[in-house]
Amino acid sequence: MTLYSILFYILAAVILASTAMAITRRDMVHAVIYLVVSFFGSALLFYLLGAPLLAALEIIIYAGAIMVLFLFIVMMIRIRPSAGRLLSRVQLLPAIVMSGLYVVVGAFMVTGDTAGRGDFQPAVAAPETLGQYVFQQHWVTVEIASLLLLVALVGAMIIGGKSPPESHPPVEEKS
Amino acid sequence: MIAWLVGFIVLIVKIAVVLGTLLFIAAYLVWVERKLLGRLQVRLGPNRAGKFGLLQPIADSLKMLTKEDIVPEAVDRTIFLLAPAVVALTALLMFAVVPFGEDITLGGRPIPLVISDINVALLFIFAMSSLGVYGVALGGWASNSKYSLLGGIRGAAQMISYELSIGLSLVPVVMLAGSFSLVDIVAAQARYPYVLVQPVSFIIFFISAMAESKRIPFDLPEAENELGAGFHTEYSGMRFGLFFIGEYVHIQVLGALLAVFFLGGWHGPYLPGPVWLLIKMMAVALVMIWIRGTLPRLRYDQLMAFGWKILVPAALINIVITGAFVLI
Repeated sequence: MTLYSILFYILAAVILASTAMAITRRDMVHAVIYLVVSFFGSALLFYLLGAPLLAALEIIIYAGAIMVLFLFIVMMIRIRPSAGRLLSRVQLLPAIVMSGLYVVVGAFMVTGDTAGRGDFQPAVAAPETLGQYVFQQHWVTVEIASLLLLVALVGAMIIGGKSPPESHPPVEEKS
Repeated sequence: MIAWLVGFIVLIVKIAVVLGTLLFIAAYLVWVERKLLGRLQVRLGPNRAGKFGLLQPIADSLKMLTKEDIVPEAVDRTIFLLAPAVVALTALLMFAVVPFGEDITLGGRPIPLVISDINVALLFIFAMSSLGVYGVALGGWASNSKYSLLGGIRGAAQMISYELSIGLSLVPVVMLAGSFSLVDIVAAQARYPYVLVQPVSFIIFFISAMAESKRIPFDLPEAENELGAGFHTEYSGMRFGLFFIGEYVHIQVLGALLAVFFLGGWHGPYLPGPVWLLIKMMAVALVMIWIRGTLPRLRYDQLMAFGWKILVPAALINIVITGAFVLI
């Protein structure tokens, strides 16, 4: 066990524990905070794997922007913690089936693939290298993703924006 | 092993010096602000403790430290206790990547005058500043009071909006310097500071940075006359003090960042690097105090419209123009 492996297992434990806490908390704000801790762990994992750019982006985008937005909404609409069962049977069954499937596939991958057995060797990817790789080799993917985001943005504007009064069809009065 | 140990000790010494300087200046920045605001408002400002009130910061911190640490009954205890630390911590951590001078040689070993020169330093600063929102938002939420909650929500909305224009205003700087590392950005400004070629970016960054630090005219999260201090209404003693330290450290960090990105960092004639950086930081801090003494507070919708409809489009256009120039 190298120092990197030890750090990896600590981080993995933190991520798993905080994610488990996030999905079992009744108080939404607490759930958001645990999820932030989980993203933080993932970012450190990226850093450990030698991708500081991805680590920084993970924190800026997920922990810093998306979760703040979540928190903002949760704080604004003030959801009361529910008192009933946390997960109903209808929700629980698919969750158990899916996680069971993941465990089986994971077990097969760990036992079948010998490449992951060696000691953990960190690589280092400079931001320039990563940027050139993404924009030269995978520019189509980047463009498709950005187009998708643009469409989502326009859609959100149409749904959320004030529609001009004349565009509404006149409401028929009930006789 | 010995080399590693020496490097470690040097690092600890650097951290201690930077931390001590930041906190010391934060305390005296409060004094400068009170004195200057007093003069701007034709008052004297603090003048009882020591000569010119110079002992006032020490008296204030003693008072804060010895006050009772009150935790109101209805608060969410853990979050309430941790929120001020988040604000102070993220503000202090940002300084870890700011270079404050040329490499010095000590006993045949070059010592870079920066705590950590990581290749994504600029993104690290964004990360820390976006995490700082949690201190404000959660502090406001955990207090379980109307005014604090309103302050927290305003803080979150304001900081999300202005983070965007901060990020966009720095893209041209990265394009010109070709690196995320603050050391490289400062090195690229050895001939001329970027404020000369990027005045629009400079203005957008300065305004957005002021909004990030929640000061007049952008102090809606703590608007005294409508929210009664906003997100820190329920805090007392040193926990309030931590919010306060966070704000004044933030002012210094913004001064340092403005210096690094646009004013040439520690470059300057005659004087050594750290002194120049300190002069630039203090100049920015004084301008911010001056603005606080001059401008009224923005209304909430004005704040949002200004951020999204003026600063963000201006920053985007600026990026396109800079990109065209860089290509040519």
